[in-house]
Amino acid sequence: MRSAKPLTTIGVLAVSALLLSGCSGTAETPTATDVDLRMTVWTSNEDQLAMFDSIADEYMADHPEVASVTFDPLPFEDYTTTLTTQVAGGKAPDLAWILENAAPDFVASGALAPIQETLENTKGYEFDDLNEAATALWKADGELVAYPFSTSPFVMFANDDLLKAAGQPTAAELQAQGKWNWEGVSEVGAAVNAATGKAGFVIRDFDYTTWDNLASVWMGWGAAPWSEDGASCTFDSPEMADAFAFLHDAAFVKKSMPGPGTTADFFAGDAAFTVTQISRASLLPDAGFAFDLAPLPEGPEGSYSMVGQAGIGVMAQGENTQVAAEFLAFFSNPENSEKLAQYFPPARDSQLNVDTLAAANPVLTAEQIENVVVPGIATGVVRPGHTDSAEIGQKVRAALDAIWTPDADIPAVLSSVCKAVDPLLEK
Amino acid sequence: MTTTTSTRPDRAAARSGRVSPDPALRKRRPLSYRQRDQIAGYIFVAPQVLGILAFVLIPLGLIGYFSVHEWNVLAGSFTFVGAENFERLFTDPELVPVLQATGVFSVGLVVFNLVLALLLAVMLNRKARAMTFYRTLFFSPVVVSLVAWTIVWGFLLQDDGGINGILQLVGIEGPNWLREGPTAMASVIIVQVFKNVGLNMVLFLAALQGVPQEIQEAARVDGANARTLFTRITVPLISPTILLTFIITIVGSLQVFAQVAVLTQGGPGISTTVLVYYLYQQAFLFGRFGYGSVLAIVLFAIVLILTVVQWQLRKKWVFYEN
Repeated sequence: MRSAKPLTTIGVLAVSALLLSGCSGTAETPTATDVDLRMTVWTSNEDQLAMFDSIADEYMADHPEVASVTFDPLPFEDYTTTLTTQVAGGKAPDLAWILENAAPDFVASGALAPIQETLENTKGYEFDDLNEAATALWKADGELVAYPFSTSPFVMFANDDLLKAAGQPTAAELQAQGKWNWEGVSEVGAAVNAATGKAGFVIRDFDYTTWDNLASVWMGWGAAPWSEDGASCTFDSPEMADAFAFLHDAAFVKKSMPGPGTTADFFAGDAAFTVTQISRASLLPDAGFAFDLAPLPEGPEGSYSMVGQAGIGVMAQGENTQVAAEFLAFFSNPENSEKLAQYFPPARDSQLNVDTLAAANPVLTAEQIENVVVPGIATGVVRPGHTDSAEIGQKVRAALDAIWTPDADIPAVLSSVCKAVDPLLEK
Repeated sequence: MTTTTSTRPDRAAARSGRVSPDPALRKRRPLSYRQRDQIAGYIFVAPQVLGILAFVLIPLGLIGYFSVHEWNVLAGSFTFVGAENFERLFTDPELVPVLQATGVFSVGLVVFNLVLALLLAVMLNRKARAMTFYRTLFFSPVVVSLVAWTIVWGFLLQDDGGINGILQLVGIEGPNWLREGPTAMASVIIVQVFKNVGLNMVLFLAALQGVPQEIQEAARVDGANARTLFTRITVPLISPTILLTFIITIVGSLQVFAQVAVLTQGGPGISTTVLVYYLYQQAFLFGRFGYGSVLAIVLFAIVLILTVVQWQLRKKWVFYEN
C-alpha cells in the first residue's frame, strides 16, 4: 500500500500557503480615491433603491475619495442575523440599517461608531432639528450613534368597500359614532367575517410569531412586556391578561381576527382592517379598493399611539468609519431627509408638518396626515425592545404558543412567559 | 477616475517576463514516467483534498477552538472561557427537550422512510408498462429544491390550506397541522419522508433486481410462500443495502434544518426544535458562537457513535456483504 504521507504533506502545505497568503496579504489601506462604501438595507423596493443611488451619485460627484456606494438589500425576515453573521465573518458593512428591536444590543455593545460630532460639524446639517424623542433609542452615553431615518407610526387602515359590502359602518362612521375602540372594531370585524368570509382585523406581520407587533393592541390596555427599567417581566399583569383575553376571544370565539395558520392580506382585499406602519401606504395604489386611514382604536385605557423606528449606523468594525459617517451626514441632511420622507417619516422637527409629509405621500390626504400621521409620530411610544432581544423574542414566542389554542389558560400561559424570560431580564 | 501605482524595478522586470533564465533549470533531468504519473495523481486529487481541508477539517478544528471561547460579535471581543460552554450543557433546561425532539424525529423518519421506500421498491420491481412512470414520479421530489418543496408543503398544511380543504370535502375537520405539538412533528417528518423516499426506493430497487432469480425459484420449489420468500430470502440478500440506507437516513435525519426553519421555526413551543436548529438559534440568532460550537461537537459525537455502532452491528444482521 502506498503511503499517504506525500499527499498529506502537499495538502497541508497548500492550505498553509493559502492561509499565510490570506494572513500576510497587504491589507490595502484605502487611499483618498478608492473608498467603496456599503450600506446594508432591508428594502428591495426599486424606487427606494433608485432614490438612494441618486443621493449617493450626488455625493460622489463632490467627493472623489468615494469610488462607490453600494446599497446591499438583505431579506427582512432574518436581517439582523445576516448582518451579525457578516460582522462575525469579518465583512462588516460600512453602514447598516438597524431595527428598533435590535437597537439596544447594537447601541450597548459598541457595535456602532459615534456619529454625533461628524453630524454636528457638517455644514447645513442642523443637528438640533433632530427630534429629541426619536433619537433617544440611538444614544450611547448621551451621544448619538445612529440616525433615526424612519419613525413610522402604527395606524389602522380600513377597506371601506368591504365594510360597505358587509353592511357595516366605515372607519369614519365608527369614529363619528364614538365606537372607534377595539371592542367596536372586533364586533364589526366579526360581522364582516360572518357576512363575507373575509377577515375582520389583521395585526400585520404578527402571524402568531412576531409577538411584539401585538404591542399595538396591548398598549390600549396599559400593558407592557416588562418594567420600564427592563429588569422584570410584566407579561403576567392583569392588564396584559385582559389584552390577551381580547385577542384570544377575537381569534377563537368572535372570529374577527384570523386564527393561527390562517393568512389574510389586507392589501389584497382579504381583510376589513389592518394595523400596520404608515410606510405600508405605498402598497395602497395597487390595492384596488376604497380605503381610509385612522389612528389606532382606543383601548380601555383610552387613546395611544406606537411607532416603529429604524436607524442608520456606522459599523465600528467597518473599514471606513470616518468616510461612512461623512456620507451619512450627507444622506440625512435636511434636503435628503425631505426626499426620504416619501417613504420614511423623518425625525426632523421642521419636517414633521402636514405640508412636507403631504408632498411626500400623495396617496394620503392632508387631513389623514394631520389627524393620524403627525400625532402618531409626535406621541408614539417605540415598540418594545431589550438587550438580548433575539433570545428574549424566541423565549416569549415559544411560551406564548400555548395561548393560541381554543381552550388556553391565559393567566397560566402569561405566567410561564415570565418564568421563561425573567432570567434574561435580570441579567 | 485615474489611479497611479508605482512599482519597484525588479518586480516590474519579473512581471514583464524579462528575467534571466536560471542555468540550473536548464540542466535539470527530465522527470521519469513514474514521477510524472505521481504528480498528475496529486494534481487530480488536490481539489478534493483542499476541499476537505478547507470545508471539513479546518472548520472542525475551529469549532474546537471556538468552543472554549466566548465571542461577542457586536462588541468584537473574543475571550477564553475554558470549559464554561461545556458546563452549560448540564444546566441548559432546553437541551433535554431538544434531544428528545431530535430522537423522535430521527426514529420517525428512519422507520417511515425505510418501510415506505422498501414497500415502493417491491411494488415497482416488476415488468409492467407504467413502472418507469411511477419510478420517475416517486423519485422526482429528490431533485426538487428542498426549500421550494417545504414552502409548498407549508401552504398545504396551513389551517385553511389544501390538506384540510381535501379533508373537509369528506367531512373531516383537520387539525391545525403546524400549530399543534404532535401534528407539527408528524408533519415535519412526513414532508421530509416524501422528499427523500425516492432515493432509498431507487437503492432498494437496484438491490432487489440484484437478487438472483435461481435462489428465489429454488425456494419456491422448496415450498416457500411469498412472505417466507421475502423475509428469508430477499431481505437477507438485500441487507447490505438496508444497512446503507439506514446509515444515510439516520445521519441525514440528524442534519435536518430547512424543514424546521420553514415549517415551524421550532414550534409550537420548542416541540420541533431539533439539535441542528437549536445550534443555529444559539450561534446565529443569539450570538453564542461558543455554545453553538459545543452543540456542534455534541452533534458530531452523536453521528459518529451511531455510525460506528451500526457499522459494528452489521456483522450480526448484514448477510452476503462483499
